[in-house]
Amino acid sequence: MMEENKKIKIEKVPGKISRRTLLGGALAAAIIPVSSSFAKYIQIGVPVGPVNDPTKTIGPGPSVLGKRSPFEHPVRKPSDISSRTPLQDLYSSITPSDLHFERHHAGVAAIDPNKYELLIHGMVNRPMKFTLADLKKFPSFTRICFLECAGNFRTGKEEMTPQDILGLTSQSEWTGVMLSTLLREVGVSDNASWLLAEGSDASLITRSIPKKGWDEAIIAYGQNGEALRPEQGYPARLLIPGWEGNTNIKWIRRIEISDEPFMTREETSKYTYPVKDKIRMFSFEIDARSIITFPSFPQKVERGWIEIRGIAWSGRGKIIKVEVSTDAGKTWVSAKLQEPVLAKAHTWFRHLWQWNGDSTEILSRAIDETGYTQPTLRQLAEARGTDLGGYHMNPVTAWQIRSDGSVLFKPENLK
Amino acid sequence: MKKYIQGKPIRFFTAIICWMMTTVLMGLQGNSVVKYQQQQIQDTTKWPATFGFGRTATVEEITLWDIAIRPDGKGLPPGEGDAAKGKAIYALKCVACHGENGREIPGFKLAGPALVSDTLFKSKPKTIGNYWPYATTLFDYMRRTMPYNLPGSLTNNEVYSLTAFLLSANQIIKSDAILNAQTLPRVIMPAKKLFVIDDRKGGAEVK
Repeated sequence: MMEENKKIKIEKVPGKISRRTLLGGALAAAIIPVSSSFAKYIQIGVPVGPVNDPTKTIGPGPSVLGKRSPFEHPVRKPSDISSRTPLQDLYSSITPSDLHFERHHAGVAAIDPNKYELLIHGMVNRPMKFTLADLKKFPSFTRICFLECAGNFRTGKEEMTPQDILGLTSQSEWTGVMLSTLLREVGVSDNASWLLAEGSDASLITRSIPKKGWDEAIIAYGQNGEALRPEQGYPARLLIPGWEGNTNIKWIRRIEISDEPFMTREETSKYTYPVKDKIRMFSFEIDARSIITFPSFPQKVERGWIEIRGIAWSGRGKIIKVEVSTDAGKTWVSAKLQEPVLAKAHTWFRHLWQWNGDSTEILSRAIDETGYTQPTLRQLAEARGTDLGGYHMNPVTAWQIRSDGSVLFKPENLK
Repeated sequence: MKKYIQGKPIRFFTAIICWMMTTVLMGLQGNSVVKYQQQQIQDTTKWPATFGFGRTATVEEITLWDIAIRPDGKGLPPGEGDAAKGKAIYALKCVACHGENGREIPGFKLAGPALVSDTLFKSKPKTIGNYWPYATTLFDYMRRTMPYNLPGSLTNNEVYSLTAFLLSANQIIKSDAILNAQTLPRVIMPAKKLFVIDDRKGGAEVK
């Protein structure tokens, strides 16, 4: 009779797990749709009746494509123009490809890899076109690095998660051909100093890239061991480790070698910001920053040992130190960095803390190999004026720990 | 002391010479393109002068895609336009997202950004009048991606006319000015004097 009840219950469930999986008994769970503000519904697993003993039941066999546990539901948080990585759900530095943040200017381009071509022309000896197959024949190169939107910082209320505050950063292992390898083939003029990179999305997005950005640039076709995701520029994109996201042109179809910048819309009226009585342009490198991802809103903590965890990164090289404060910034101690610490990469840090139950604030600040220390919002405002704009904002952020164990973001207001 | 790469032994002294050449090259040029290439050459068989992958692009192929406009006017096509013609095209193809006059409508959210304002620095919202440093960018951007629902559908003359209308509406050019490949690059934008190139290189100072 109990078995019969369970069967009926499972059949009512409009989930995506096969009936066989459930009836097999490996998972005594149902999948129920739950409303949320950021998706029509997400699925969550809840136990149904007593959980079967997995040591007494044969599980489902091998399959062609793996899936997450039905108990795990990390999701991006989309708006009209971007979606944010759930930083609070990640355990280490690589972002699963399907959780990589998105920012596009005219939707995700749909490109047939068999028709894809990359044109390189301008101040070159020989203008050339490369198919995707051509790109894959060249000596390849693989590198782990973060990719972050220049506008990655939100504040304003206490009920914000790491995803809400800083979800426009992600990390992948990228594979492709070094741009320098392709430039060697076309023969770049000695007088060349800038190039224009152009995407083949409906915005034909363009950025001018000065020579200093060519050194480490990759034309990437691989992401975390497989082909790029469409949202990340399938079948090929420009990848400049450490540089603001929009310079990493997705769906790249054209590179024009030049001797001056083109002053495109994105690099003039868009990804620029006021600095006192001027407007600063061509801020390429992401400045060092960090965020504590655990504990964070809306989690609750208990008195006793808490391992504070988070990520720190810099577009100018390696993170050499992360300092954590558990007394609202009065004192700071060095956190433990997870090896290997890579240049221009999310670096995990940990700090073991014994919480006595008093309300306090916890903060982190990153220090990179150039000697730069992540500033406070006040320091940024002193340097740039209070009309800060939305780009290249990397202030130290704080979490308030209340005596009841609740964790809330601390929004700062300069005015 | 042998390294095996692709099944072939490379003698130790060869590796040393490669390393010395790399060091000399890096020292002379301080160029990390060279550094990266040398690292790859060190790790594998000596690279050929060319791999022979890819093909020469034809003039027609380049012309088809080569649509970028530089501030000096390089890339601007033949054709011309004026504000009166631009106003009519705007009313037909742009007004739905950018509003009747391209101006912000208080209390109403337009689908696209406002385009027209005064030219005072830090006046709100940011528009062509107070925040665009180069007039050529208008032509480049509109031709490549506007209107949003039909990107790339405007003719060169339409783009010249729309550029003239928007510059005129922002009080930057006279309402009867004719814009073409010669006159457009000469337009001086009010915001140009405000733009400075980021010169930060890391280090202790917060800037």
